[in-house]
Amino acid sequence: MSTDVLVIGGGIAGIQASLDIADKGGKVYLVEKTPSIGGRMAQLDKTFPTNDCSICILAPKMADCYGHPNIDVLTYSEVVGVDGEAGKFKVKVLRKARYVDETKCTGCEECVAKCPQKVPNEFDQGLGERKVIYMPFAQAVPRVVTIDKENCTWFIKEKCGACKILCEREAVDFDQKDEEVVLDVGSIIVAIGYDIWDPTPASEYGYGKYPNVFTGMEYERMINASGPTGGEMKRRSDGERPHKLAFIQCVGSRNPQLGHAYCCSVCCMFSTKEAMLAREHHDDIDSTIFYKDLRAFGKGFFEYVERAKNDYGVRYINSDATVQENPENNNPIVVYDVAGRPEKEEFDMVVLATTLVPRPDAIKIAEMLGIPLTEFKFFESKDRILAPMDTVREGVYLAGYCREPMDIPEAVAEASAAAARAVETVLAKGVTG
Amino acid sequence: MEPEEQTPETPIEQEEQAPQTPVVQQEPIAEPPVEPDEEAPETPPTPDSEELRIGVFVCHCGTNIGGFVDVPAVVEYVKTLPNVAFARDNLYTCAEDGLTAIRDAIKEHKLNRVIVASCTPRTHAPLFQGVCEEAGLNKYLFEFANIREQCSWVHMKEKEDATRKAKDLIKSSVSKAALLVPQEEMKVDVVPRSLVIGGGVAGLSAALSVARQGFDVHLVEKEGVLGGFTRNLNSLSLGDKSAEDTIKPLIEHVQAHENITVHLNSQVESVSGFIGNFDTTIVTNGSSKEVKVGTIIVATGALEYIPEGLYGYGMYDNVVTLTEFEILCKSGKLPKIKNVAFIQCVGSRGQDKSYCSRICCVISIKNALYITENFAEIMGEEGAERVEVDVSVPEISSRRRRRRRMVSAEGEAAPGPAPTGGPEITIFNRDVTTYGADHEVYYNKAREKRIRFVRYTTDNLPKVTQEGDKLVVNYYHETLKTERKLQADMVVLATPLIAPPDAADLSKKLKIPIGRDGFFLEAHMKLRPIDFATDGIFVCGTARGPADITESVAQGLGTASRAAIPMARGFIQAEAILAQVDPEICTGCGTCEANCPYGAIRLSDDGVAEVLAAACKGCGCCGATCPEKAIQMMNYTDDQLLAQGRSILQGAM
Repeated sequence: MSTDVLVIGGGIAGIQASLDIADKGGKVYLVEKTPSIGGRMAQLDKTFPTNDCSICILAPKMADCYGHPNIDVLTYSEVVGVDGEAGKFKVKVLRKARYVDETKCTGCEECVAKCPQKVPNEFDQGLGERKVIYMPFAQAVPRVVTIDKENCTWFIKEKCGACKILCEREAVDFDQKDEEVVLDVGSIIVAIGYDIWDPTPASEYGYGKYPNVFTGMEYERMINASGPTGGEMKRRSDGERPHKLAFIQCVGSRNPQLGHAYCCSVCCMFSTKEAMLAREHHDDIDSTIFYKDLRAFGKGFFEYVERAKNDYGVRYINSDATVQENPENNNPIVVYDVAGRPEKEEFDMVVLATTLVPRPDAIKIAEMLGIPLTEFKFFESKDRILAPMDTVREGVYLAGYCREPMDIPEAVAEASAAAARAVETVLAKGVTG
Repeated sequence: MEPEEQTPETPIEQEEQAPQTPVVQQEPIAEPPVEPDEEAPETPPTPDSEELRIGVFVCHCGTNIGGFVDVPAVVEYVKTLPNVAFARDNLYTCAEDGLTAIRDAIKEHKLNRVIVASCTPRTHAPLFQGVCEEAGLNKYLFEFANIREQCSWVHMKEKEDATRKAKDLIKSSVSKAALLVPQEEMKVDVVPRSLVIGGGVAGLSAALSVARQGFDVHLVEKEGVLGGFTRNLNSLSLGDKSAEDTIKPLIEHVQAHENITVHLNSQVESVSGFIGNFDTTIVTNGSSKEVKVGTIIVATGALEYIPEGLYGYGMYDNVVTLTEFEILCKSGKLPKIKNVAFIQCVGSRGQDKSYCSRICCVISIKNALYITENFAEIMGEEGAERVEVDVSVPEISSRRRRRRRMVSAEGEAAPGPAPTGGPEITIFNRDVTTYGADHEVYYNKAREKRIRFVRYTTDNLPKVTQEGDKLVVNYYHETLKTERKLQADMVVLATPLIAPPDAADLSKKLKIPIGRDGFFLEAHMKLRPIDFATDGIFVCGTARGPADITESVAQGLGTASRAAIPMARGFIQAEAILAQVDPEICTGCGTCEANCPYGAIRLSDDGVAEVLAAACKGCGCCGATCPEKAIQMMNYTDDQLLAQGRSILQGAM
């Protein structure tokens, strides 16, 4: 029997679930696939409806989680096998070699400065570049660099090695190997979050074809002070900053043809926020949001939209919209309709609220855990009304966006809920043996 | 477990003490940690009156500080400051060799104050304080100087000035450190018992989970039965299962759990105390019972807004609210209806209420689908003959005890749509808000079933009139730009959930805030959605704001997790950075009590302010607003802060 808990996914839901359990004295293994915990929330610039700086409110939780004596944070790691049952799961975790000794690296990033090789930075949605030995983002936890083996000259042709030569603490270790560890846990919480759909296939929006069409997450990184443009909005075509922005909602979502017949729950609000932030950056920027139904349903959300309209001059147009381009200046042209009459309007940047989709890993993880997914590939609750956190497999619980589209506070509440269920299970199993 | 029986002879029973809880309460409140002598700031006393020996550790933080601040020069300067017995630099103070250097220096140089000049206390103070304690130094004798975020990072282009500023910052910390005194942290035991207020789905879920996590629960429900608002409802999802049957297992589990005591027909009369030790009084049918609990979960739910005077409500019997419609379905009193109009956002979204009520769209759609799926049964064999709503249904008649306004019929009835086989259902909406996957599935299904969705704006609200014996919805067609009429047998108004009137009363008793929307206000909108700012009190379900059943259950479970944390730990360790009242100076004006966000300071029976140490967060609101300067913050006393400030200003001369 084990009273330990495994949490899969180091985003805000996984962090909160881990903290809740660890604060009660339970031992937690938090397994995160990427080199840092933080998840999607770490990428966001601000959060609605308070416009709090996202990383500023998240970073203390990340630090609390990593520093917690009851939480073992396994970053750059993946769950590769699950056996057993509630109270006595055996979980195989692959700890991928980061080629840097976590215990020696102090995160000084001097190696990063010297590394000659650059690749697109996934944390910035590919807008900026990062080095091949890299800190995923400024506030990453743990504060340890990782070598991206695929692109590293040392691994490709055994040349360079600048990072190893330079590191005074001798933390770089090219001989490090992937390692498999087996964890004994009593219950498991799945909190793997969501992915961002690539809107290139939906050619009517012109993403990938017209340079000045961006996704919402690209825009978030661009307006972030620590992002690839240092917080400046820049058109891809000429680097100029925009003066007239269009936001298009439901790109790929609420769309059965694309297999996403659901609503993402957060896009109306994040586009509203993004439009407000544009005005905060430059008070001569005008924003227009094209929407199907304006879903401002959370606490203070409708009031937030009213504030966007009245105090930030955000214009809302109830229409589907597609994008064309003015070839002379690369300005996107939004085609929409008013009362059945087609209209066109030229903007200098378009931001697409692309659908948020289940992670491709969900299928693999569901199979490993022996639990079903919904028709949209979200994890299926055992009982959507009375047991939303439970799965059909006793001892396996769900939290956050991987279960159902939701915003941050709901994911946080669900994380606590899943923590409660996980603790109930390990206590019950501990008693009954 | 059956609801507890009342013993009228002994109206006030003392709840037995939990066996394992020797509760510390009066002592720390009455005697907060005392600062040895406030009158002698010049040579502050140390535990054994030894001379001041301050050690300063200046961090390079790799190049983060060292690249912009001349750290060796700073160290040489620091050595010249008064009371500094030792100073050195570290490449990384937080790395193991840096920590060892602190430990060794404390012993070797008999340091009795330690300053680290590096980064932010938010992430690193606990680490350095821990090292001090390992070396036998009280952690409150540690002081942080932030020369990274507040210096090197913001002055990367001004290295000389950055170095000068780093010196000033450290000098000011040295001035404060000289006045630091050791503090003892207070431990307060936590009673392993929760009070859950409200026996709806959220409260039931919370109670059951707290009980299953091994703690006692007292569940207080003001009605005579459990189930809350859900008891009004016909169903909670599509399908045959009634709402009552759906939640029955939850109620049964709660009633059967040995850790749960259910108090029906009961109210919480009073609450005093703080996290870990709340004294509560539960009143049941006039008799009171005192229960001591460690944590409190608020799950008091919400009510449906009654749309008095809107859209013919109260004038025409067949204009009903969504909940009334559910009651009619549930009680089998639904009249024969064929043409039904739902009107969304009645009284919400910037009208009487500013907010969107979140769940009305999906509930209207669910009921529209209920009509389509049970149409044969609803219409019976007699076809489309319309029947009036039977307002003698007890739940509805009680809602409608209000003055009826007489109306005169206006206009003439327009011919209705040609009768067809199925029902004609129209949902007038401003935005169909079926968010997420589960709700949107309902919307898509409704459109497949040819339920009509007609958008309206607040510039052209629909109007409901009666023409002959038919209700008529007059509306403006946004696309066709024309006025239209729709005949309806019944008009269902989707009104928002609103906070119950007694929320204000509970807010006062528990000292928990209410937001502008009337619902309880959580500690932080994003990251503490089900906590209150006051420790030990939590909120879930529609008491917090509109939520569907799934969300209410999740929040209920969530609060159970949050509440179980201090109870599982068994004690609260209060940081020693607390407010301290000088009773000689305090005039008992009560300004501090009014300004404390945590309910942690109050007027004692002696008429002076007293601090509830376990609840105090040391935020300083009381100290800042005290007109008599009778309140000091431990570790941030006026003397300490003034010394720090003066020292900076001297540097600026």
